[in-house]
Formats: sequence, structure tokens, C-alpha cells
Amino acid sequence: MGSFEYLKLTGVSYGFTYHDFVVEGVNLSIPKGRFVSIVGPSGSGKTTLLKLICGIYDPWNGDIEYICNDCDSIFYYPSVGYVPQIETIDWNFPVSVQEVIAMGSWNYKSYLPWIDKKLKNQIRDTLKILGLSGYEKRHIRALSGGEQQRVFLGRALIRNPDVLILDEPTTGLDYVSREKIFDILKALNNNGMTIILSTHDITHIANRSPWVICFNKYVIAEGHPQDVLKEDNLLKTYGLSDYKIK
Amino acid sequence: MIDLLLPFHYEFFIKGIIVSVLLGGICGLAGVYIILRGLSYVGHGLSHAAFGGAIVGSIVGLNYYVGAIIWSYLASFVIYEISKRNKIKPDAAIGLVTTAIFAFGVLLVSITNRYTRNFESLLFGNILAITEQDLYIIVSVTILSGAFFFFLHKRLVFSFFDNESAKISGIKTSYIELLFSFVLATIIIVSMSSIGVTLLASVIVGPAISARMLSNNFSNVVFLSIIIGSVASFCGMYASFFLDSSSGPTIVMFITLAFGITALYTVFKKIYHSHSHGGISHSHPHLHTDEHRHEHEHEHKHP
Repeated sequence: MGSFEYLKLTGVSYGFTYHDFVVEGVNLSIPKGRFVSIVGPSGSGKTTLLKLICGIYDPWNGDIEYICNDCDSIFYYPSVGYVPQIETIDWNFPVSVQEVIAMGSWNYKSYLPWIDKKLKNQIRDTLKILGLSGYEKRHIRALSGGEQQRVFLGRALIRNPDVLILDEPTTGLDYVSREKIFDILKALNNNGMTIILSTHDITHIANRSPWVICFNKYVIAEGHPQDVLKEDNLLKTYGLSDYKIK
Repeated sequence: MIDLLLPFHYEFFIKGIIVSVLLGGICGLAGVYIILRGLSYVGHGLSHAAFGGAIVGSIVGLNYYVGAIIWSYLASFVIYEISKRNKIKPDAAIGLVTTAIFAFGVLLVSITNRYTRNFESLLFGNILAITEQDLYIIVSVTILSGAFFFFLHKRLVFSFFDNESAKISGIKTSYIELLFSFVLATIIIVSMSSIGVTLLASVIVGPAISARMLSNNFSNVVFLSIIIGSVASFCGMYASFFLDSSSGPTIVMFITLAFGITALYTVFKKIYHSHSHGGISHSHPHLHTDEHRHEHEHEHKHP
């Protein structure tokens, strides 16, 4: 796992209405292979920050760049896997688990509408990693919240991304589902994948992540959880004076 | 005794059957993508815009298709831009833009009184108004639109299902959506003469929602929607010969009938849902209440 600078945000600002910043003056430097959890209250701009990193939004000010020291081209852009908040999904859409995961590899034989044998095998292998073997034909609505979240994780993973970005992947999940997702992410990170996620779950996710960013419109603090998740930082991030880290 | 093959002795009828089956199929196919994109109103709106364009084109001396294409493509582009740049849902933009363009066409007719092509046939559809040129255009548009949906299926489905993730994974979602609305506008323009501006929405949306009620699988929904659209259009066209009725309304009646049958089927399917007690699988009419619980074969969870 390298420790050189990989993703660099310099003075990044963005908003939805003129002169009203949701993300303001963000400076971040994330090395390759890092596992980063971004914590902050609802409306703090976590999702917007992730979407800026993904390239969905163009920053009003500042730069976002990926740096690849081993690459020949100066125009390097990594393969990014994105897992959205599952609340945004239309569950009545007539697609099976297999079809959702296949979306992630849309550019494989992209002009043919069907899923060929090779891709089916890849999907089967991905589902096995996610603990969802045999779920291929199920409609996405007929799954539990934790299973749905893992299907979307599978869709991001099938493209074998360099960077995996997850927007609140454990929100609304029970303890077991949350642990399963965290274990999968840890295993992926151990294999060198850069992971950036946003979460509300300080105790079970952020506290166990190797690197944490406290965020509320701008970066309040970043570092190892034991150094960052302290009362003063959480007070600044959440406005909670009586929060104690367990 | 009625000769059931009598209509097929007439060249105009054979032409009409070919046109209606092709349009029923391609509208059924496009309809699936339309309802999944949440644009059920687009068929209604764009047909009105195309109608306005056809009239304006006719008044300034352009070919009917040229006027309709320019006007409806313009409407598609304006709707797309309004929905993209403002916090307005596409259906609201469709409602405003297309009726404004339609009204402009009607206004021009009332002022100049120079419109030559049969006004009523565009509004309510008349298969007898289909010319040889129309037939060739309809066949070409059906083939090209079918190819569009076939080759861009993956991009369309991903964009409509989860637009932002599709964009992140490299799909040019803006171009795909704009291209989709141009293809839709083209299908609508060629359907206007035979089905009619006022009736087109039903032919586009009807088969798709009927198919959607029957399956949760995308490929099956597409297949069923094409079949329902084509068969209902065939039946409507065929019946219109014996009933001596307009083809458009008769086709719409058959599509509505297909929807009614499908709705009833899904209701009965729920009541007669197969279930098991103690490992013995069977079905009988029942409602799912707390007093009558089953160990169901298929678990249904709703988040």
C-alpha cells in the first residue's frame, strides 16, 4: 500500500444557491489505499463532498485532482465505484439483482443488451464475496435493507474500481448487516482499494476506520479516530457538548 | 356470414394493419422506458408539440414531417434544458412547453386558415390517410428506433435507474436523455397520422403499464409491452373495419381492454396466491390477514 498523495482537494467550494456554500474551502490529501470515514451531521455537506470527488458536481472554486506517479499520462482519472444512499433508489424498477450488478459493467460489450455467460460468472463470483450467492434472479425489492446495500456495493465492485466511494452505506441497517458491510470494506481495503465513505455511525464505523474526517461544510479535523473523535472536535462538528466517546 | 378475411382483400387495409402493428410494437417498446423514466405525460405533450409543428410547417410551405420534427425536437430540447437547469420536474416542463407550442399552431390555423392536410385525421387518426411515403417512413423509423433501444439499452436502463451512478461510471447521461427524447419525438410524429394526437398517449403508456403489472423482469416487461401494443393495435385496426369506426379510438379501446384484463388478472393472482401449509403447496381464494397466516413459497418484503 503506497502512502503518496493520490487524491488532492485544494480550496474546494460548492453550493446550490449563489453565495451559499454547502462545501467551503476544503483542503484534503488522501493517499492511495487509505480507508477514510467522513463524519458529520445531516446537512453538513458530506454527500455533496462525495459527489464533488466523484465528478458529479464541478467545484465553484478550487481543484480536485487524482495524482498517479506511475502513470505516463498527466490526465489520469481512476476508475471510481460509487454506492449511493439506497433511499434514493426506485424499488419498483423492474430489475433483478443480476441486472443491477451488470449495470456496473455496462461498458463490457456495451452495445449488446443481454448479459453473457462471462459476465454472469463474474456476477456470481461477486455475489459470493458479498454473501449473496443464489440471489441473481431476485427482484431488488424482495431483499432486506442490508442485502440491497450489498447489491449496490456489488455493482460498484464489478468494475474493479481504484477508488470506492460510499454514501452512508450502513444507515438504517441492523448490527449484523452493518458488520457484514464493514468486514467486506476492510477486506477490500486490505487488498489495496482506496475507500472513502460518509457515515453517521461514529461508534461502529468511524471509530474503527483507520482514518476519520470530521466535516461540517469544511474539514474540522482529520486523523486517526483516537486522535480525532474527541469531545472538542465533535462539539464543533455536531454542536454536542456532552458527547463522550465509548 | 361475415367473411373474416374480407379486410385483407383491400390494399388500404393491409397497409393499415402493417402500420398499426409496427406502431403498436414500437410505442409499446418506447413506453416501457418512458414509464420507468417517470415521463408518462411525454407522449401526450410531444404529440401536441408535433401537431403544432406540422401546422406551422404546412403554413410556411414545409413538408409535414419537417415541420413536425423541427417543432417537436425544439420542444424536447427546451423541456430537457428547463428540467436540467431549474428545479422543475420534466412533467411540469412538458405541460407548459408542449401546450404552448400546440396553441401557437392552432392560433396560426385560425389566423391564416391555410392549413391543407386533413386537420381531423391528425387529431383522431385515420389509417386511410396513410400514404405510400408515410408507410416507408414508419417502417424506417420502427427499424431505427428499435436499433436505438437495442444498442443503447444498457446505457438507458442504468441512466434511468440511477442517473448519478451512471454518470460516475462514465455514461454520458445528458446525451443519452436528449437522444432518447429525440427518438421519442420521431416515433410520436410518425404515429400521429394513424393514431391521432389526442389518442397517442394511451398507445404509448397503456401496453407498458399492462406489461409492468405482469412482470418484475425488465426483458419480460419489454417483450410483453411490444406484444400487447402490437396485438391490441392489430385487433383495433381489424375491428375498426367491421365497426366502420376510426382506427385510432378503436385501437385505444383495445389497449384499455388489455389493461383492464391485466389489472383483473393481477388482482385474482394476488387472491389465489400459491402458498403452503406444513409443506403442502396449494392455492385457494383468500386474503392475507393476521388471522390467516401462511408459510409462503415466495417471501415478499417491502422496505
